[in-house]
Amino acid sequence: MKNLLILSTALTSFAYAATAEEVVLLSWGGSYGKSQTEAYLKPFTAETGIKTTMVDADNPATPIKAMVEANNVTVDVVDLEFADAVRLCDEGLLEPLDKSILADGADGTPAMDDFLPGAVTDCSVATIVFSQMYAYDNTKFPENGPTTMADFFNLEAFPGKRAMRKGAKANLEMALMADGVPAGEVYTVLATPEGVDRAFAMLDKVKNDMVWWEAGAQPPQLLADGEVVMSTAYNGRIFAAAVSEGKPFTSVWDGQVYEYDVLAIPKGAKNMEAAQKFITFATGTQRLADQAKYISYGPARKSSGPLVGLFEDGKTEMGPFMPTAEANLTNALASDFEFWADRDTQLNERFNAWLLN
Amino acid sequence: MSNSDTAPEILRTVDGQPLKEALTRASRSARIRAFLLVLPLLVFVLLTFVVPIGQMLSRSVVDEKFSENMLQLGAWFAENDSLIPDEAAYAALVADLKVASAQRSAGNVGTRINYELPGTRSMFTSAARRADEMAPPFKEAMLAQDPKWARPDLWAAMRSASAAATLNFYQAALDRQIGADGTFEAAPENVQIYVKLFIRTFVLSVVITGLCLLLGFPIAHLLATLPLRYASLLMILVLLPFWTSLLVRTTSWMVLLQGQGVINDLLVWAGIVGDDGRLEMMYNQTGTIIAMTHILLPFMILPLYSVMKTIPPSYARAARSLGATSWTTFRRIYLPQTVSGIGAGGILCFILAVGYYITPALVGGADGTLISNQIAFHMQKSLNWSLAAALAAMLLASVLVLYWAYDRMVGIDNMKLG
Repeated sequence: MKNLLILSTALTSFAYAATAEEVVLLSWGGSYGKSQTEAYLKPFTAETGIKTTMVDADNPATPIKAMVEANNVTVDVVDLEFADAVRLCDEGLLEPLDKSILADGADGTPAMDDFLPGAVTDCSVATIVFSQMYAYDNTKFPENGPTTMADFFNLEAFPGKRAMRKGAKANLEMALMADGVPAGEVYTVLATPEGVDRAFAMLDKVKNDMVWWEAGAQPPQLLADGEVVMSTAYNGRIFAAAVSEGKPFTSVWDGQVYEYDVLAIPKGAKNMEAAQKFITFATGTQRLADQAKYISYGPARKSSGPLVGLFEDGKTEMGPFMPTAEANLTNALASDFEFWADRDTQLNERFNAWLLN
Repeated sequence: MSNSDTAPEILRTVDGQPLKEALTRASRSARIRAFLLVLPLLVFVLLTFVVPIGQMLSRSVVDEKFSENMLQLGAWFAENDSLIPDEAAYAALVADLKVASAQRSAGNVGTRINYELPGTRSMFTSAARRADEMAPPFKEAMLAQDPKWARPDLWAAMRSASAAATLNFYQAALDRQIGADGTFEAAPENVQIYVKLFIRTFVLSVVITGLCLLLGFPIAHLLATLPLRYASLLMILVLLPFWTSLLVRTTSWMVLLQGQGVINDLLVWAGIVGDDGRLEMMYNQTGTIIAMTHILLPFMILPLYSVMKTIPPSYARAARSLGATSWTTFRRIYLPQTVSGIGAGGILCFILAVGYYITPALVGGADGTLISNQIAFHMQKSLNWSLAAALAAMLLASVLVLYWAYDRMVGIDNMKLG
């Protein structure tokens, strides 16, 4: 069975001939991809001489299984959402992470103490904390714009089309928070069938005025095109559009859902050694702090925090734009990876069925 | 030469061999040569078509993730057909989880059961993490870990997963799930999706095929009857989109049809609709129908054209001269002669439409997506390939049934593709 699969895919797929040492990073593209290119890839090549290539996907978790099953893994390092990394790790699709390769903090703190709690798992190591929040178009609400998650679901006070990520994750949590569930109880409520119904009932309110996005680059585009007046988004994408492109977007942090983003090595990666070197390099104190120079995602290392300074324009202070900034955490939810590793399929099927009805 | 009472002399070739043998030998070598000529194609079709489809079909009925990792529990299921697990069953479960934990396969085991009973995956991964510390009695140990381990539907799901071969994925593809008592029942209304999608896929495909016929028939007729100079110009207009990339054509429709798109802008500019009353022609069924009709149109026009080209115009003239009205001429003389083209174009468009993926994914939004998008969801996102295979197999089977019905009603020999 497996041999047949290998045989037929080998025939239909393009055989990758690895000539020299190189690292192929599968990531999310857009401004996030750019931040990785600047902070990880370029300095890595400069320092080690190892060639690096970046490949984009809407969600890098999706192509990994096909690659591993077909025994034709064409990427060496993959950038994943935390819950996806746990799921893929449990299914044996990622290489176990050798924790000894992680560099100690620049201030001498041992690596395992330096990373934020839970950031290092069996197969992956976190680089950043990112968040899904929503942003609105200032020109549509010049005064008294929306300020809470409940406002996102309030069509009467804030009319206009909205956009959300096409999927269950984060949307259901946001719906419950908008419905008045405190952040601390969201997953307890969502674990019950009534809780799921309650979340979907909330989504029902805005269903007819909703555009669904899939790639992280879409929300700023939809807002800029005037297709929607507000959209949930990865916070860094909104930051990039608002600060570096001067788009009139305002971020609303109330009810944000934040999560780690991690690096992992897919099972059977062709350049294991170079991939490990890359992970050691990219998760170092300075690199994580550097990445924050290009996009507003918080570094997953304690020692990187103090090193985060100004945006690449040289004048914008990054601190207040981070999901982990004190002011942004007043009503915030840490995404529960185990909940989603468990129920991802079930809730997404329910979500798909809900979309159809 | 010979008369009736002598045996016929054996005919021989010039070099004395019996003619029959020589002929057989010659034709055999010709056959071998012919076979060698088609061999590359045969191997190609086998490897890129028959084998993958076979793999897909076998995936839809075989899933080894649970059975190959949970051997002791499998043995217990084989020996006991009781629905209530005893201490031995729990002991087997713990022993298997220990092995699974060592081989890092607990996630796979949990994933398999999670297909049947959502929300159970982490029970397996967390129990496997603690399996080493567990001591008899195992039943108490497991229930202390999570009381849900006593659920009868969980044991029913594990029993059915303990055999690699299963029809459960077809049950799931028909919106059925394991109920609390361990037998299959219809899934709750709000999660039913596949049957509805199959129906929508077939209805939309019929609509799109019908639209292609309505639009394509006059064009094909024009192509077949215009003077050659104009006909070839028209032909290029038909073929040009055909040669353009599918993605380009689909995204062009997006540019034209979206809320802030060209058509809406024109309508607003002309004052036909207000700025707040822009038509929604994209990210819904309308978008899917428009874009797919355009994309599939050449597949209707070309077979029709090839058939119409062979219809002598004198037939229609004869009918008219014998007093038939133009409608009667069309209905009784012209149309029957084009049936083989309509059949070929129709079946081609329909089969392509049923399996269409990229266009509905891009322009379909929520209510314009088809079953193929759901198959892609399970291939790419949920990674439940067995369910994707079961859905694909059902799609394949229904297309084959339609093909068979077409053959019975119209006859496949009458089909002309050009």
